[in-house]
Amino acid sequence: MAGLRVDETRCIGCTRCVRACATGGIEVKDRLARPTDACVFCGACIDACPVDAISIERKEAGADLVAYRDIWVFVQADEHDDVLPVAFELLGRARALAAQRGCAVVALLPQGPGSAGSHERELIARGADRVLTVHDERMVPLDAEVCARWVCDLAQRLKPEIILYGATAFGRELAPMVAVRLETGLTADCTRLEIDGATGLLQQTRPAFGGNLMATIECPARRPQMATVRPGVFAGDACPRSSVSSDAAAKDQVVEYPLDASVRSRVRVLATEPAQQGASIAQAKRLVVVGRGIGSKKQLPLMQRLADALDAELGCTRPLVEAGWLEYPHQVGQTGVSVAPELLISIGVSGAIQHLAGIGGAKTIIAINEDAQAPIFGIAHYKAVGDAIEIVDNLVRELEDAVARS
Amino acid sequence: MHIVVCVKAVPASTEVKMDPVTNTIVRDGGDAVVNPFDASALELALRLREERRAAGEDVRVSVLSMGIPATERLLRDCIARGATDALLLSDRAFAGADTLATTHALTCGMCELGMPDLVLCGKMAVDGDTAQIGPELAGALDMACVADVRTLMACANDAVTVRAGGDAGVSLVEATLPCVLTVAKEAATLRMPSIAGVLAAEHATVDVRGAAEVGADAARIGLAGSPTQVVRSFVPEQQAAGVEVSGDAIGQARQLVRIIGEVA
Repeated sequence: MAGLRVDETRCIGCTRCVRACATGGIEVKDRLARPTDACVFCGACIDACPVDAISIERKEAGADLVAYRDIWVFVQADEHDDVLPVAFELLGRARALAAQRGCAVVALLPQGPGSAGSHERELIARGADRVLTVHDERMVPLDAEVCARWVCDLAQRLKPEIILYGATAFGRELAPMVAVRLETGLTADCTRLEIDGATGLLQQTRPAFGGNLMATIECPARRPQMATVRPGVFAGDACPRSSVSSDAAAKDQVVEYPLDASVRSRVRVLATEPAQQGASIAQAKRLVVVGRGIGSKKQLPLMQRLADALDAELGCTRPLVEAGWLEYPHQVGQTGVSVAPELLISIGVSGAIQHLAGIGGAKTIIAINEDAQAPIFGIAHYKAVGDAIEIVDNLVRELEDAVARS
Repeated sequence: MHIVVCVKAVPASTEVKMDPVTNTIVRDGGDAVVNPFDASALELALRLREERRAAGEDVRVSVLSMGIPATERLLRDCIARGATDALLLSDRAFAGADTLATTHALTCGMCELGMPDLVLCGKMAVDGDTAQIGPELAGALDMACVADVRTLMACANDAVTVRAGGDAGVSLVEATLPCVLTVAKEAATLRMPSIAGVLAAEHATVDVRGAAEVGADAARIGLAGSPTQVVRSFVPEQQAAGVEVSGDAIGQARQLVRIIGEVA
């Protein structure tokens, strides 16, 4: 049976593995390490072992992996038939991966019957070698199950090596439905995607264990390898729109694949409530993010004043949403919104890994925190150590004075 | 009507601190609890049963979990809060499961309990954050699926109506039964156990079954049945130090104004 193996001739009972384990999955008894029932096979103990006594034994299924090639990117259009920008971010990232694999990048674009055909051109100009599309009324509004049937059908016929999805609400429902039907692996909310130079495998890195550690995940024996990525994470990889030329799409680059006639939606949207006024922190150019270090909910108006003075949006960390200080749309991080502003001012934020994973796209980060050891300072470009409220108080006054003078 | 609520035992605190000197995890114990999203799902099931009971129909609410033997305590607590029965899938062979292998195990558990009309689970687990189990279950069971349910509006014999979150905002959605619903935390708060419930739970049996007993395919569960593998886990390395903004609060504020003017 597959499992954690300890080489008894090597183990010296040093307990480094016990200290490295997040789950209590290994213990030392009689000077010998033994896995417990709580082991989740994360491999932390393997890295920690100084004498290489620990290994994970796996049974590898021998699938015919050579038949699989190309990287697919799922493209989602919104209710106004605009392509969501995460598709271009993924196309940009896919191009870099495809260069290493020596394969093509293919965009998957489900559309309604009336769609004009301008998306295909833009997708090709911004990184896709080919576009697989369908024009079908069953694709409007997008239904995860219907869409999954289409993607699975295509994947079984054309055998892609990798499929990437934006981790939108829809993508997070679609991707698992595809994974379970194709019986393959899926890694959610990746913050890094790389090709391993030796094995050619997709290395998918994401925050794990409640966002306290990063885990690199591979899917060695099944295909396609699949990952979802939050909007904004690869903002820097997207090809700019300006490079779109009007006659980019040759006819043979766009292929129509019909949806099986038997597919029917089992979910019907009766009405959509207008979204509440947009805390559009995902698109914000400037962002003020506050954490527990501001001390009290009473400080929020001051933080809002700072945001107003900078013409910035206000975001916060998960504990503040859980405490009810701000609503969920304001939450910045892996489990909230990934952001990529020009300027991010982080106030009283310690910097949990799941939070840091959501702000990696920010161009300039200014951190204000009284704890000089806070992890947020590890990624900040400018660091102000001191009483956050006092500094912000002065900062607001300076900024408001400057406005009054001009 | 038969409802199965899938629950996961998660650490009471997901805040793991790192020891900055040894670079290892500082574990401060902490008991396991039912994943808060799953607790909301259970409450929705219990409310639905009360509604239908008032209309003269009997609804069975089963709780299903895959976990270590100690998870039995949590399932007993679910019975104390009103669940009809509970099944715990516990076996060394289930360990190390990713979402696909977990889905296969839960599907086997579902067959053991009897196929439900409605499957409720939390939108995601606080310790994994993948939000994949619900939609994968729907695919494996060939059921309709609605994710991120905020309110359960109505449930008839052949369809369920819910308010659910999506990319365009919150929508009113109707799905045909059988159906999998993944539930947002704010959908409901799980009730406290009643005294009668606690007494009943003491004598209730929580079914504990191994992989072979529920007919799970050994190649599709646990580590062996998981296509994804964690090859490395690590504390992210800190990048090069940024520019220090020092001085008193006023001095720091003035420097920050200048920096903001320069960068954006």
